[in-house]
Amino acid sequence: MASLWRYLLAGLGLAALLAGILAIVYLTAPQSAPGPDISRSKKTANGLFVASFQPERGVIKQGELQSWLLTLKTVKGDPVEGAAISVSGGMPQHNHGLPTSPQATDYLGEGRYRIEGLKFTMSGVWQLRFAISAAAGSDTVVFNVVL
Amino acid sequence: MNRLLRFLALAAVLQVAACGKPDFSDAEKKTIAALALNALPALKPDATNRFADVPAAAALGSTLFFDQGMSHDGNVSCSTCHKIDRQFQDDLPQAIGVGRTNRRSMPLAGVARNPWFFWDGRRDSLWAQALTPLENPLEQAGNRAAFAHYIQKRFGARYERIFGPLPDLSAVPANASPLGNEAEQAAWKAMTAAQMDDVNRVFANIGKAIAAFERSIEPAQTRFDRFAIDLASGAKPKADDAFSPEEMLGLKLFIGKANCVTCHNGPRFTDNSFHNTGVPPVKDLPLDRGRFDAVAQVEADPFNCFGAFRDGDAGACGELRFMVKDAPELMRAYKTPSLRGAATRPPYMHAGQFSSLEEVVAHYSAAPAAVEGTSEVHPLQLSDRERAALVAFLKTLSD
Repeated sequence: MASLWRYLLAGLGLAALLAGILAIVYLTAPQSAPGPDISRSKKTANGLFVASFQPERGVIKQGELQSWLLTLKTVKGDPVEGAAISVSGGMPQHNHGLPTSPQATDYLGEGRYRIEGLKFTMSGVWQLRFAISAAAGSDTVVFNVVL
Repeated sequence: MNRLLRFLALAAVLQVAACGKPDFSDAEKKTIAALALNALPALKPDATNRFADVPAAAALGSTLFFDQGMSHDGNVSCSTCHKIDRQFQDDLPQAIGVGRTNRRSMPLAGVARNPWFFWDGRRDSLWAQALTPLENPLEQAGNRAAFAHYIQKRFGARYERIFGPLPDLSAVPANASPLGNEAEQAAWKAMTAAQMDDVNRVFANIGKAIAAFERSIEPAQTRFDRFAIDLASGAKPKADDAFSPEEMLGLKLFIGKANCVTCHNGPRFTDNSFHNTGVPPVKDLPLDRGRFDAVAQVEADPFNCFGAFRDGDAGACGELRFMVKDAPELMRAYKTPSLRGAATRPPYMHAGQFSSLEEVVAHYSAAPAAVEGTSEVHPLQLSDRERAALVAFLKTLSD
């Protein structure tokens, strides 16, 4: 009987030690930096429009030319028509711009614009910046795309 | 107490065993699987070249590829620099055709999958690429009028079976080209627009035949690919395919700390893009600004995707249409080369600047500043052991 108690005591001791080590590791571990904002829908910088950005075919394929849709609505939810859109961006971590020059090539109605010529050549965080000019004024929005 | 000791000893043994095993995280396994040759998709049709998959065109292209008659002095063919028994390259720092060029010959495995051609991407299709050395005075040094006459004389029947009737070339000068010497340029200017179009069309078809042949040159399976397949399936590698601890470390560094996979990604180990990596210029060679100067060249090429000699519609021209035309990072940016087979084909870089893989890895570890433009590479401070491991891993792409 005495030996069983000893085992239990040793087990409890070990468990306490382990808990202590885990607590120290947890408390002293560097807090991981928050990841980039990868939301696909957001207000533009000055709040003029609500922009959403989605791959036209639903999936992102690395290394292939593809088109995305940029949908622009007013804050009230009305589609933004006749917008002039320019696209820029790059990979901030690698100090380079986009490997292609994407353009808004088509207006599809209901505030949807086709952005053609996007290509993500490597994994990592890509930044896409849209400068939007419409009747309501000019504004910008940045989307992060993580591959 | 005895039992407890035994339990602790067992736990310790298990811990040690786990450390000795090839330990790749799920993310690493995913990256490795994406590099393996079995991830290479089937070759897409080339909509700009309707002869790309016509066997007779490939056969004629193969004849032309090895034909020294396809040069000004009768001594140079495509295969002079793209040697069939040397991965279709020539082991020289700068290629030598009729003269000495300023660039390293590129190997051809998987070349039909490139969106851009040459180190700087100054051509946008395989068939437009094949035409360029034919008229370069340092390479094959010919001119398009002479090539059209030569095709008619030597391969007329074969040509016509593939491409249809040859035009009437009887009034076309023996030597004429918009890119030739003064006499050839003058002769070209004296031709009618219809004659120019006839000659350009025969010339474009030469490129399309050579491209059809080159589409058959594909990368072969390596020890790395067999290792990657075994890793993905959990199978125990066969004796020769198993990676040594050094090769394993090299692979881990390649996809991790050393950041190689950032640009050398996918089953061809290239992102098909252009980067300034601070590789120094070679003394005594002409000014070379890489992609920065190639943009205007591909735009001006009459055989580019927007030109009159493309088959199919302009839907195939996305790369040219959405090309980056002016950005600071184009300065001294060169194409990311595939690393398949690289270990057995020194020297390295666009003008053969480095004579060994050790030098290449040392360059990327130190990451010196570029002479012009900004290098995208950051210093790594790899140890001697780590650099050697990277080289050991790169060799598994040649075994």
